[in-house]
Amino acid sequence: MDFNFSDRENLMRKVARDFAESEIEPKVDVMEQTGEFPVELLKTMARIGITGIITPETYGGVGMGYLARMIVLEELGRVCAAIPMGMQVHHMACAALDDFGTPEQKERYLIPLAKGETMGCVAVTDPSGGSDLIGMQTHAELKGDKWILNGRKCFITNSHTSDFWVVIAKTGEGSKGLSAFIVRKDFPGAKVGRKENKMGLRGANTGELIFDDCEVPADHLLGGAGAGFVVGLKTISETGRPGMAAVSLGILNACLEEAAKFASERVLYGKPISAFQAIQFYLAEIYTDLDICKLLCYRVSWMKDRGMKCDTETALAKYYTCERALLCAKKAIEIHGSYGIMREYKVQRLLRDAMVTIPAGGTAEVAKAGIARAVLAPYKK
Amino acid sequence: MKRIVVCVKPVPDPKEWHKLSLNPVTKTLVREGIASVINPLDRHALEAALALKDATGAEVVLVSMAPPGARTLLMEALAMGADRACLLSDRAFAGSDSLATARILAAGVRRIGPFDVVLCGNSTLDGSTAQVPSQVAEFLGIPNVMHVEFLECDPAGSLRLVQAIEHGKVHLEAEPPILLSVTKQVNKPRFCSFLELLKAEKKDIAVWTNADLALDGSQIGLAGSPTAMADLFVRQKRRSGTRVTGEPEIVVQALLNKLHQLGTI
Repeated sequence: MDFNFSDRENLMRKVARDFAESEIEPKVDVMEQTGEFPVELLKTMARIGITGIITPETYGGVGMGYLARMIVLEELGRVCAAIPMGMQVHHMACAALDDFGTPEQKERYLIPLAKGETMGCVAVTDPSGGSDLIGMQTHAELKGDKWILNGRKCFITNSHTSDFWVVIAKTGEGSKGLSAFIVRKDFPGAKVGRKENKMGLRGANTGELIFDDCEVPADHLLGGAGAGFVVGLKTISETGRPGMAAVSLGILNACLEEAAKFASERVLYGKPISAFQAIQFYLAEIYTDLDICKLLCYRVSWMKDRGMKCDTETALAKYYTCERALLCAKKAIEIHGSYGIMREYKVQRLLRDAMVTIPAGGTAEVAKAGIARAVLAPYKK
Repeated sequence: MKRIVVCVKPVPDPKEWHKLSLNPVTKTLVREGIASVINPLDRHALEAALALKDATGAEVVLVSMAPPGARTLLMEALAMGADRACLLSDRAFAGSDSLATARILAAGVRRIGPFDVVLCGNSTLDGSTAQVPSQVAEFLGIPNVMHVEFLECDPAGSLRLVQAIEHGKVHLEAEPPILLSVTKQVNKPRFCSFLELLKAEKKDIAVWTNADLALDGSQIGLAGSPTAMADLFVRQKRRSGTRVTGEPEIVVQALLNKLHQLGTI
């Protein structure tokens, strides 16, 4: 096994880190206050190749794959997790279009996404719930050459920053009774609803989509009628979950750096608190979690790049990395003492951001149910 | 404009300067374990070259005198958009001072072929002599403008420059061939592009030794370096304090007197 990164991957990490530190860091305070995604960064992210990192060159991307994506999102998340949150959902839309789109759909919608001309978004969750896909209320009916879409989607990342959305809606019964649509926000009957005011990932735009007899041309059906379940699950599992893991991996990196830096500078009883074993144990635990999560995240990206089946591994990487990021953010705050809960210290943001990753992209329980299915499969009678 | 040559130098990453130390015997920097980066001002020089390339279609060629490990940094510069790179690397170059370095760089530039502009950062972060650009220009027999903070090429190929001087700015017009050394005010360097990185992996990084440059061995390396380091030391920072005691009026007056004496008020 070779655990080394290539020169290319190391350079990509360096570029992403430079970009995050020089361009994202100065915008963090504004994002925290306004809750707005800094769309002005899209142009630079597109020029670097971040917006189109998993999209083939033929459709305006750079086609560098999922390990490259993991590395880049991790580096962005180390500085501000909201940015890779928006980007990873953008990549979900890219993946859905690339995997299921017709050549015409890719030409019209995937290229602008890869080139960063707009953000992408995949809307699955209804107010009635996100994990229960088949139970969703949003529905579409074919009338002539148009689908008429009705319903609402909520907690949708990039809802307001995207010019169009990949929307999953009910078109029949059972798992074959869901379809995916490309819905432009200027289609009659389509509009954005409220913007959510979240505790964390403040700079990632989250909001509501409303469809009121929304007219969707028949050629905007994605993957064919009845393919919505597969479009949704494949996109969430293979792109969304590793994306959430990448966001949390960035948070974990930041937890370790902030905690180690503070512990080395803060003096108590005449010496830095890093000299105390209790603090050292905390740091060792954070480091261990970071290292485990790196291995999980890089492995699942490596598997995806090789076309290997990796549903269980993505569920594992998502659930475990998000959970450990939350626990490590708490430890990092405890190392900071009362300073840790003050707004001017980064660790409090890490905790708030980590909390938001827990339900996003599927809850830990749903992920664990999937892992358990894989564990039990060989014993099934 | 047909060709622009950019001089780039690897320097210790400023983020890791706290790890730097001096070898007490050789009086050289101990760089082991410290990452190298492209000298920050050289990135500005490269950006200036790439902007000229965007405007005129000129070829941008990198030249660097460095150990073989500098290939990764040259790859990074290629991923910013340069067309090819020449790495001047030979044990015989080791120990070169600014004069010998300039002689080697100038030989490298000459070997690349005809050029319109040579661009350099005004100085490097490690040595900070700011001597090399002018010395390279002298070896090449071309004019040199330092402290360039604006440059533009008109359609006829003439350059309009703004040079920073101590108490103002000088507006200049210049004709190639010329060597320009730039300040950080000249532009904001672009980020590497992943697409360019893919292309960079297929681009040529030529490694030239002294066998290629054919320089006299007594003119390069330690033998060709008239600069001799007399001493190099880490400045010891010391703080001293003076305690003034007594009635507040007396203490304040004493403090004011001291501040007047030091010229601070």
